This record gives sequence, C-alpha cells and structure tokens, in this order.
Amino acid sequence: MASASGKSFFGRFGVHIAVLVFVAIWTIPTLGILVSSLRDKDQLIVSGWWTALSTSSQTEAGRLPGASAQIEKDGKFVIEGNIFGDGPARNISAFGTKAQQPTQYEAGTVADLGEGVSLQLNADGSFVLQSPKAFEGGRGQRVYYASSAPPRFTTDNYQTVLFSEGIGRSFINSLTVTIPATIIPILIAAYAAYALAWMRFPGRALLIAVIIGLLVVPLQMSLIPLLKLYNGVGLFFGVPAKTYLGIWLAHTGFGLPFAIYLLRSYIAGLPREIMESARIDGASDFEIFVKIVLPLSFPVLASFAIFQFLWVWNDLLVAMVFLGSGSDQLVLTGKLNALLGSRGGDWEILTTSAFVTIIVPLIVFFSLQRYFVRGLLAGSVKGG
Amino acid sequence: MTAQILSAIFTIIIGVGGCVVYYWGANKILDAVFPSRGVSGAAAVDNLRRQGLIRPWLFVGPAMLIVTVYLVYPVIETLRLSVMDRTGQNFVGLANYSWAFGDREFRNSIFNNLLWLAVVPAACTFFGLIIAVLTDKIWWGNIAKSLVFLPLAISFVGASVIWKFVYEYRAEGQTQIGILNAAVQYLGGNPQVWISTPFWNNFFLMVILIWIQTGFAMVILSSALRGIPEETIEAAVIDGANPFQIFWKIMVPQIWGTIAVVWTTITILVLKVFDIVLTMTNGQWNSQVLANLMFDWMFRGGGDFGRGAAIAVIIMLAVVPIMIWNIRQANREGGGGH
Repeated sequence: MASASGKSFFGRFGVHIAVLVFVAIWTIPTLGILVSSLRDKDQLIVSGWWTALSTSSQTEAGRLPGASAQIEKDGKFVIEGNIFGDGPARNISAFGTKAQQPTQYEAGTVADLGEGVSLQLNADGSFVLQSPKAFEGGRGQRVYYASSAPPRFTTDNYQTVLFSEGIGRSFINSLTVTIPATIIPILIAAYAAYALAWMRFPGRALLIAVIIGLLVVPLQMSLIPLLKLYNGVGLFFGVPAKTYLGIWLAHTGFGLPFAIYLLRSYIAGLPREIMESARIDGASDFEIFVKIVLPLSFPVLASFAIFQFLWVWNDLLVAMVFLGSGSDQLVLTGKLNALLGSRGGDWEILTTSAFVTIIVPLIVFFSLQRYFVRGLLAGSVKGG
Repeated sequence: MTAQILSAIFTIIIGVGGCVVYYWGANKILDAVFPSRGVSGAAAVDNLRRQGLIRPWLFVGPAMLIVTVYLVYPVIETLRLSVMDRTGQNFVGLANYSWAFGDREFRNSIFNNLLWLAVVPAACTFFGLIIAVLTDKIWWGNIAKSLVFLPLAISFVGASVIWKFVYEYRAEGQTQIGILNAAVQYLGGNPQVWISTPFWNNFFLMVILIWIQTGFAMVILSSALRGIPEETIEAAVIDGANPFQIFWKIMVPQIWGTIAVVWTTITILVLKVFDIVLTMTNGQWNSQVLANLMFDWMFRGGGDFGRGAAIAVIIMLAVVPIMIWNIRQANREGGGGH
C-alpha cells in the first residue's frame, strides 16, 4: 500500500513487532497442546510446556539395597549398583542422606556418613557404599538427591489415546459421519441449483424465495421436533432412532439452504451459450448437468465441500442429539467432550486427543486454503 | 480395527451410492418411459415435452423433501411445542415464556448473551481490521494471516481444550502448567481459577470465540481493504494526512458495508454459541447462555420440550432480524450481480 512507503524506520519496525505479538497470541495456545501431547506424561504435570526443551530438575528420595546385596572386598563391605536401576538415565547434581539437607554433597564426591561408612554417588546414578563392618538389616540406606532429567519426547500418548482411550475408533466414526454428510448435500444441492437456475417449471420463483428464507432459521429450531420425529420413527418401525443415516440426512437438511443458495448463484452465472449449443446438439438436461455444469462448477463445489466438511467434522450439537454415546457412534468432538468430564486432569490424554481431533481440519486448511478462503468469502459476503 | 474401517467404508458407499443411484436411475427411467429417441417425430416431441414437465421435479424433489422435513416442519412444530407442556400433549398458552422470564437461570443466560454480544463481535472486528491493515504492509504478511486464520479450522470443542490448558490452575506456590497463571505468577500476582469466577469467567470464555473468529473478520476485511481505490489513499497522503487519519477517515468509511456484514455474521454466531460453554463450564458459575440452556432442557429430567422449544423460539426471534438484514446487505455488497 502506498502509505507504507513513506514510513520511518521505527514505524515499520513497530508494525513488525505488533504483527509478531498478534501472531504469538494466536499460535501459542495451539502450540501448547502440540508440545504437551509429545511430552513425557510425568514431565508434563510438573513443568510448563514452554520449558519442554530445558532439563527439568527435581529432588527425590531413594533407598539403597539392603545388607543382602553386600560383598566383601579387600576387607571392606561394599554395596554397589545404580540408584535408577533399569529406569531412564538422569543426571544427579547433588545428594545427601538427611531429609533436611538433600543436596549436602556434590555428585561424585565421597560422603562420610560416620563410623567409617562412606557413600559415593556419581552423576549417572551409580553408587558405592563402603563400611569396615558388615551391613545389617534388610532396609538399605536412605538417600536424597537432586536430579535433572533431559527433555523427553515421546509418541506414547498418541499410542494410548488412539488405541486404548477410544480416540481411534471415534476418528473412524467421525469420517463415517463426515464424508457422506459432505457429498450427499453437494449432490442434492447441485441438482436443485441447476433446476432452479436453468430449468423452467411453475413455482420456481417461490421455491427460491423459500430456500433463501430458510437461511435465517437457526439450527436450534429444528432439534426438538426432529428428535421427536426420530424417536417416533424408531419406535414405529422398531429400528434404532440414532443412526448414521439419520445424522447424514440431518446435516444435509441443515446445509442445504446455504448450499443451494451458493451453488445457484454460481450456476446461474455460467454462460448461456454453452448450455444452448449443447441442447441444440441434442443433449438432455441430465447430460448437460453431468457433462457441462458439474465440471464448470468445480471451484464453487470445492468451496462448499470444504465448508461443509469442516462444519460437520467440528460439529458437536447435531452429533449429540442425533447420534448415540456408545463407542460405535461417538464422534471425535463428542469423545473429546466426554474425556473432558472423565479425564479432567489428565492433560497428556486431553492434549493428545485434542490434537488428533484438530489435525484433519488443519490438513484440509493448509492444503486447500485457496478454496477455503473463497468459500468463506462466498459464505459470508453472499449471505451465510 | 480393520473390521471397523471396512464397515465404515461400506456404510459410506451405501449412503453416497444410494444418492447417486437415485439421480441416475430416475433419469434413466424417465427416458425409458417417455423415449425421445427412436420414436416417430410427433411422439418424440410429445415425450420431450412430458420429460420437460417432470424432470425439474426429479432434480429439485429430493432437496424439497429434505428441506421440508428438516427445516419447514420443525419450525412450525417448534412454534407449536413452545405453547405446550413438557410432553407436548397439553396446551399451556404462554406459560413456558412466562416461566422463562421469571427463571433465574434464563435471565442469567440473557444477561450473558448480551455481554457476549457486546464484546465478541466488536473485538473480532476490531482485531481483524487491525491485523488486516498491519499485515498488508509487511513481506511476511501472508504467513502471519495464515496463522491468525488457522483457529477458524479448529472445532469449538478442540479450542475449548486448548484454552482450558491455557487457563489451567494449580494452587499458589505450585508450579503452574497453565501459561496464563504461570505468567501471572511470574509477574508477581496470585494464580486465579479463571473459569469458575462468576461474571469474569464469561470474558475468559469469550476469548475463545474471539480467538477463533478474528481470522474470519481479518480475511473478509482484508479483501475489502484491497478493493479500496489506491487514488483515494494517495490523495490523502499528498494532502498530508497521517496514517491514523488515513485509516479512520479514508479506509474505514469505504469498507463500512463489509464491516457491518462481518459484525452481524459474528453476532448471529454469538447468539447460537453452545459448544464452548458446554465444554468449559456447562453453564456453571453463572456462565449459562441461551443455546446451552435450550440443549439442557431438551434432556434435563427426561426432557422438557415445551421449555426447550420456547427458548429456541426466543433464539430465533433474536437471530432472524439480524440475518435478514445481513443477507440483504450481503446481496448489495455482492453488487447484485445475479
């Protein structure tokens, strides 16, 4: 823009800073759950995710092996080993034998415990406990130490949520809902839009008016009667009231006015000459629609498809009303909502599940951004 | 797992396939019943005319049927149910409405909805406009816009988890793992339980919607800003206007129509906000809103359809005038091309 060229250095610098601040505020929350989902769950609960790359330190207590582990060496009784056992290695910075002074000695030094007993604890956790007399008793020496663990990143959380928390199943359920609930309204709307744009029949103008009128109806107006209707149909025919077919049709119904509105205005704008020359060549309306209108309408179909896909994938309300809460029907948004209740404090489960639910929209968003923006512009500026 | 995937694919194919078969089959049947090829001239013309009478209805029929069942009938039925009792059997007049306006929870919802209406559309439009203007001036503006736009693709439930993690509270003195309380503690303040502090919790829920919708406002306003004729800005620069004057006196008036559309679109969204409140607080701590209250009454104590329907009608009464204005305005903005 022209106004930018005349700016001072500081003015331009300020713009960069301001945008950077906005971008930071808008990305940090999402970054938080992405980083957390990849962290070790024990580290996740004791330190903020922004410290994920630094080593986390904590003071812990352990107990050395008891007298049964001692061996006699050069006239002294010795217990050797590693305080971490077979667990993951950590770095010990200091240790002590009293709870009041847990970091009395530096790692690697030999501590004099009195009566000739000495303890050496090294940074890697290996220790040597020596005594001139034989050790007695089953319980070993108590040791306190400050250790720091290197940052640990893992995909364990994903394994857990996908296969044992039921997120994987819900992912498939979400796809089962979303794919037909995107394609069916496109098909139905495209046929209707073509008829409303290019075919002559009585009542056409009235139909267009009704469709546009229905754009204003909020979803909430439909829920109760449809719930009653579904229950009634289920009871009458002895079939389940909550089915995939039911939710496909519900999403189709709620998406249709906007779809027809959007597609009709696009299809009506296609050049008349193409249709007429095809008709002179003997093509029927069906052929014109399939062979000419559909291919030419690809951009608007793609825009609506992305719009509807994201809307259905992200929907919670319709899924909660028209689908059951069993594992065979619970979609990702519903599952995440349920986990918020049942696993409220388990952030490794919640952050990982949340990331699984948003990954598909994010992929769609990044790969099809052009159509997405176009659909959005069409959807709002043309009356969504 | 494979069995589940296969059954999912099978279900999908049945659903989509059935739809394709209808259109293809219906047209085939029509062509077979009234053939226009391979018959004598007069009969062909006759049959073509008959086809022309029927075919439009084959095309719009499914749409009409679905829209009738899923929108037209429910609207009428909801209006009727709103004057019936909880089972929908007995007429109770306006009792559900008078109950609503006397109910503490309902009044709290109205108050909260008004609060949301006052804050969210304004904040989204304001931030969206600022970011649109600023990103226009820098070389990495498109990357910045993508990142601000990104939350729009995230579900409200997902966004709620994201922000619940931001707001996570640990007692004073403990290591805070929520970034907001960590920041507060770093600056010397006391950690707060953000989402269960009545009144103020509304604003922490609103932040989520603002975070999602600002990208929407930004993209729409950005494209409107691009449409401003360069000359008007150049003329203002020559006349010695400073950047703020250019912004407020030259740019904003020219995109006023788009600002109004963005504002009203978000207003409608706010009136229907549901998921965020359900997942964050479920209306506890005085954070209830109309859409969540309605959903609640659909199932509370086995479901009170009368009260639920009355709340739905109230939501509709609030939405419809704004929506009508919005569509009109949008058609005008679109240039009335079609």
